[in-house]
Amino acid sequence: MDQFLQLLVAGLATGAIYALAAIGFTLVWQTSQTINFAQGEFVMLPAILALAARDLLHLPFWAAAILATVVFLLLFGLGFKRFLVDPMLKHGVLPLAIATMALSILMKEGAKDGYSAQAAQFPSLVPEGTFSLLGAAVSLRDVAVFVVAITAIVALQLFVTRTRLGRTMQATAQNPTVARILGVRVERMILLTFLINAGLAVLASYLISPIYLAKFSNGEVIGLSAFIAAIVGGFNQVRGALAGGFIVGLVDNLAAAYVSSGYRTAVPLGLLVVFILFKPEGLLGRREERTV
Amino acid sequence: MKITFAAALFATVAFVVPVAAEDTVKLIDVIELSGAGATAGTNWKNGVDLAVAEINAKGGILGKKIDIAHYDTQTNPGNTRAAVQRAIDEGTYVVLGPVFSGPIGASMQIAQKAGVPQFVGGEAASLTKQGNPYLFRSSLNQADAMPKLANWFRDDLKAKSVAIIWVNNDFGKGGRDAMIPELQKRGIAVAADIATESGQADFAADAIKVKGSNADAVFVYLNEEESARFLRAAKQQGIDKPLVGETTLLGAKVIELAGEAANGVKGHVGLSVDAPIPGFKTFSDAFQAKYNYKSDHNGIKGYTSVWAIKTATEKNGSFDREALMKTMHGLRISPKDVPGILIETKWNDVGDVDRESFLAEVKDGRQVITKVLPMINP
Repeated sequence: MDQFLQLLVAGLATGAIYALAAIGFTLVWQTSQTINFAQGEFVMLPAILALAARDLLHLPFWAAAILATVVFLLLFGLGFKRFLVDPMLKHGVLPLAIATMALSILMKEGAKDGYSAQAAQFPSLVPEGTFSLLGAAVSLRDVAVFVVAITAIVALQLFVTRTRLGRTMQATAQNPTVARILGVRVERMILLTFLINAGLAVLASYLISPIYLAKFSNGEVIGLSAFIAAIVGGFNQVRGALAGGFIVGLVDNLAAAYVSSGYRTAVPLGLLVVFILFKPEGLLGRREERTV
Repeated sequence: MKITFAAALFATVAFVVPVAAEDTVKLIDVIELSGAGATAGTNWKNGVDLAVAEINAKGGILGKKIDIAHYDTQTNPGNTRAAVQRAIDEGTYVVLGPVFSGPIGASMQIAQKAGVPQFVGGEAASLTKQGNPYLFRSSLNQADAMPKLANWFRDDLKAKSVAIIWVNNDFGKGGRDAMIPELQKRGIAVAADIATESGQADFAADAIKVKGSNADAVFVYLNEEESARFLRAAKQQGIDKPLVGETTLLGAKVIELAGEAANGVKGHVGLSVDAPIPGFKTFSDAFQAKYNYKSDHNGIKGYTSVWAIKTATEKNGSFDREALMKTMHGLRISPKDVPGILIETKWNDVGDVDRESFLAEVKDGRQVITKVLPMINP
């Protein structure tokens, strides 16, 4: 029972980070109907930028993290939209999807050559240690990661559903043509969506890098898990990505403990196949019909 | 005018290039500079470069400067095979590297077939059991370390049960397969036998499983980055039993990556810059001055390999690969004669290394040597 409780908490913490990344998939999908295959690298890079700023500019870590956040938001929020999504989307969603694949390789190799091919320690932003819960030693960091990630997701949900700006953003995602007729500045709303995606990626990066260690290849694992989470939960719903993140995080940890580490990636992939076959819209997703 | 220029160019190519080529001896290092083995490979490469710089500054090998090149294997067996073949095609005198046992196992037949000696950093017991006379280790065979560690579990830790966590590659499986019979011979039960993947990022579930096994001690046999991730996860999940391992658990890079989580870790180390050996201190200072960080055991492996090649070649008096292979078998080098070898080292008839080794513990973020163990066959 103790072991199961510890696995549950660890799985929820990992799942919350996957959810942050998975929400990025849903946000990009809602605004551009495409899949950002560089989403895993979006989570990998902010930690590397922060370490590079600390080591190369000799800044204190907090200043390096702030600088990295600003640079990342500009490059991969604003820049990603202006210089990649906008020009490529005119040619259809497939060229855009391929462009994001190229971006993921560029980000990965750039991090490797520009900073280091080796893993690096990343300071934890949340407290570490353990506390006793129902006889089990629960990781304080796991609980803190879970709380921070969930707070961010709840804040995003409240922003989208309870504020005028959020509702406008949602309207733009659902029907940009009508939104434009109603006077919504659609381009600005889409930009806001991309900035939120970049912001969530930064948060996920700063939460997961102390656990995984900061390394250029981290995006592969995170990107795959978040992609599965987004499909399982529902690609067009933020709350679906949240549910998917938890499911994948839990399945991942329970599979590693009760099946084997070798099959831990295969089990979530099996789950993905089951959802595609029997519930393609995902757990909480909406069915979408399209004209062809 | 054009003909005169072409003739001059031809003369330059025909006469100058061969002379320049004869002044150097080519060594190609096939090494993990990215992928899961990047930490180990980068240390090895830097150790090799340091040795090459020192040897070249002293006139090279038999009067020829070493021309070193490094090819990144990306810790991929297929890439390693291609890189070893390329090194041989480009006329390398010796193949240096790689460090990971799996890629070594996948590529060593290529160098053997070409009759090119290969100096590797791998520790898997299986490597020198395959009858390849061209393969030479730079570190102890893992099978030689396990009895020492098993004795430690029994005598010092008084462990009745041990949980084993290992990486599922040639290195990890070799260590696990060598350790389990040693534990059983000493009446120690294996409370958990947990395989993990190379390059694995999340060790929370594995740490929880180890904890759930209620073993008296834990034997950790993972590569460097994974060792650091496991140590951090072990601390997070409240494992309070002794964590014991081999060189890859107590290396400088692991201590740096694991931070406080490395404190208290114990183990057997084949090579360590913290060992009370004067040569290691000299090497460590030079390495630190050149690269601005502390070398791990892989830096020493790369460094001493180049010095061993120089020593054996100069003993032969020629760059004959066959003669080098024969000389290496049974060769014993003392730091009194060759300071670059750092510690008394000998190679046996299958290419295994024998030298003193050490028991160590991590205290306050530093590896502290607690005991010096003698050579197996002094």
